[in-house]
Amino acid sequence: MRTQEIDALLDEPSCPHNQGQKAGCARATPGAAAGGCAFDGAQITLLPIADAAHIIHGPISCAGSSWDNRGTRSTGPTMWRVGMTTDLSETDLVMGGSEERLRHAIKQAIDDYAPAAVFVYNTCVPALTGDDLEATCSSAAQRWGTPVVPVDCAGFYGSKNLGNRIAGEALLNHVIGTREPEPPADPPAGAARSHDIGLIGEFNIAGEFWHVLPLLDELGLRLLSSISGDARFRELQTLHRSEANMVVCSKALMNVARQCHERYGTPYFEGSLYGVADTSAALRGFAELIGDPDLSERTERLIAREEARIDAELAPYRERLRGRRALLYTGGVKSWSVVSALHDLGMEVVATGTTKSTEADKARIQALMGDDARMLDSGAPRTLIDTVRGHDADVLIAGGRNMYTAYKARIPFLDINQERPHAYAGYDGMIELARQLCRTIDSPIWRQVREPAPWEAAAS
Amino acid sequence: MARIERSSKPLSVNPLKAGQPVGGTLATLGFRGAMPLLHGAQGCTAFGKVYFVRHFNEPIPLQTSAVDPNSAILGADTNATGALATICGKSAPALITVMTTGLTEAEGTDIHRLVRTFRSEHPEHAATAIAAANTPDFVGTLESGYAETVKAIIDALVPSAESAGTRPGSAPGRVNVLASSALSPGDAEAVAELVEAFGLEPVLIPDLGASMDGHLADQDFSPVTTDGTPVEALAGCGDAAATLVIGASLHAAADRLRERTGVPDYRLDHLMGLPATDRLVTALCQIAGRDRPPPRIQRHRRQLQDALLDTHAVLSGTRIGIAADTDLLMALATLLHDTGAEVTTPIVPESAPVLSEVPAETVYVGDLETLERQGRADGVELLLGSGHAVATAERLGVPILQCGYPIWERVGLHARPRVGYRGSRDTLFELTNLLLEHREHTGGVRPYRSRYRSALTA
Repeated sequence: MRTQEIDALLDEPSCPHNQGQKAGCARATPGAAAGGCAFDGAQITLLPIADAAHIIHGPISCAGSSWDNRGTRSTGPTMWRVGMTTDLSETDLVMGGSEERLRHAIKQAIDDYAPAAVFVYNTCVPALTGDDLEATCSSAAQRWGTPVVPVDCAGFYGSKNLGNRIAGEALLNHVIGTREPEPPADPPAGAARSHDIGLIGEFNIAGEFWHVLPLLDELGLRLLSSISGDARFRELQTLHRSEANMVVCSKALMNVARQCHERYGTPYFEGSLYGVADTSAALRGFAELIGDPDLSERTERLIAREEARIDAELAPYRERLRGRRALLYTGGVKSWSVVSALHDLGMEVVATGTTKSTEADKARIQALMGDDARMLDSGAPRTLIDTVRGHDADVLIAGGRNMYTAYKARIPFLDINQERPHAYAGYDGMIELARQLCRTIDSPIWRQVREPAPWEAAAS
Repeated sequence: MARIERSSKPLSVNPLKAGQPVGGTLATLGFRGAMPLLHGAQGCTAFGKVYFVRHFNEPIPLQTSAVDPNSAILGADTNATGALATICGKSAPALITVMTTGLTEAEGTDIHRLVRTFRSEHPEHAATAIAAANTPDFVGTLESGYAETVKAIIDALVPSAESAGTRPGSAPGRVNVLASSALSPGDAEAVAELVEAFGLEPVLIPDLGASMDGHLADQDFSPVTTDGTPVEALAGCGDAAATLVIGASLHAAADRLRERTGVPDYRLDHLMGLPATDRLVTALCQIAGRDRPPPRIQRHRRQLQDALLDTHAVLSGTRIGIAADTDLLMALATLLHDTGAEVTTPIVPESAPVLSEVPAETVYVGDLETLERQGRADGVELLLGSGHAVATAERLGVPILQCGYPIWERVGLHARPRVGYRGSRDTLFELTNLLLEHREHTGGVRPYRSRYRSALTA
């Protein structure tokens, strides 16, 4: 990938912060960096495509340390659980055999697993030695009759966020718009007309989107495809026919939404599926963009019904959580969408992390938390612990990597990031979030791990 | 304070209860050179023997007085004395415990008189100690039969301080440990090691950790137990610095020991989880005159604390069914409750006063059918119980941790320590892994397929 291509990806016109003083995403500081690389970001975006083979082209570390690490779920195939890599050796590199090896690897994947498509992820070493990924993939696709999508996402190109965009770019250039959707099945007599929609940046972590999908069905919204939770390759190909797209995960895949708008005229909106208010807002978002008054009316009825139901179910949890204080440290959209979910539960958010938030995210945080909203731009363990202690927080809500930081400091913790085992999206996800918060905050173990041993108590 | 709910159904289905004679047999197996003798029909012994052979994967010494139709009606006294004589003649055990069964109790046997009769008729067998216990199976459970037998052995073999000239603390390092049936051989061994870590010398009564731990002895055959508490050691109980009593079921036996010897005792209901182990360790510090436990023990405590952190997110709120005798139920329920799990469905075979302290809303007195029905109603997600409850777990579609008696279809579980800082930690890990594995297959949001999705989509 050329520098100007990378710059073009970083220059995202629909990002408000792009116009400001801060151009694109900040470079990482050597020696004090956290977070993944472009490969990480690209892989994490595309892996949930459940019927595609995902081949990581490079020496072992890229796949070796990361395969089978995606907490997504599927109603059918689970190809993301099959780790595939060209595992390049010194001989491959010195003798220039890595492209040939990749060609054979693609053949093996197609022969043995019959995937709907193959995604090939470029990594640092072959990017540096100059493998022609595009050419190898296109010749392999021709030779074996299965789509092979090159994803040029070497780690050194940039951040995980850039990798998300590269993945989006690969979908735009090689997948979306390459097939027409089937005509919708005949609706049952008397049922409303259905509309086709798309989701961008929803990954069905722990199956959480299954809390929401039945509601879309009920409203007659046909999900053409999601990028990329429980997605299938042939569904992704039809995304250009979507009547409205929702961008779920912050700005990372904004390029896909914007390009779909520019190329195919699909309107889009940004939203979140965390929390009652945001879930309702997301459903309204589709209705507004589609502009079908009947859909709007049915959407309002469904929202009223669901909110009443969830309100009643949340009551006992609100009782237990009211006034409890949380420190939120997570990236992008979750830095504000989870704030709103926690407010729904009557909790107070003492601070939220903004390391990976855009200016727009920060504006949303301010709107939710007021002008003196405390924003943390460092996720260093010491900072997190001190902030929890300093503000008397009851729980730290952050990504899995911080779990043991919290535990060692005897601080209750809730995992909110992509490896988490629980499904928090949609109305029912709120119940799960509330349940998990109660479980850790009210656990009897805290006394046992905080109080000194009997002999220490006697000594002091 | 738990409410005790007794079952009123006439039919016990899939019993949780094992009888007192089986419990008495188990207690006896914890003494060295011992032979349990059940005074009853042959079946009590035959079944009891198979019960433990399969549980421990060991040969089990167990004899019967073989009461037949004639003796059942005309008197079975000579069956008992005859059996004692035969056993003494054949294998000269260090200890015989002669225990009654439902049949002989119903006949009105005075087992203590029979032992006296045997003693006067057979002075040549004076070297064999004999203890007699009333263990009819129409009363109590495995746990109470075990406790009754321990008390009978103390009665028979621990001399009073006046008669033997013992004095509490004259053997300053010695600690008597009365171990209830809730302690498996693995548990007993762990307790012994913990006491030894303080530089103390534990004498476990009984010591299943020494006899039923599953070790390969040099001798190729032994008609009696090959290891366990030495009978001679009981004579020195009165010199011990202290007695640790593990399990509420042993209070009557502990009372007897204290009356006899005057040795002060520390009574602990169980040894699972952090607070319970803290109590034991604090007691050991006092007995050993130390201000803190050895560094390794302190490290083990920190390991358990870390395990509480690492497992609580999975265990918290998990609805638990436990079927076990009281002491074991108390231990497991407390361990789980202290990690935030919800013990919704605790089942015991018999009521006991200590049950009101079980950390649960209701304790059910019942059988494994009670566990199944109540467990289904309560939505239990994990069971703890014997091998008999495996089928229950299968029908409920939940994982099970096998513990207690009997476990027939797995090896080595009796040797796994579950007490103390380490045993509690390992048990928490095991329970958590069971849940994680189960949830990998069945947990989480139910997959939903959109009705709009093309039939062509896999």
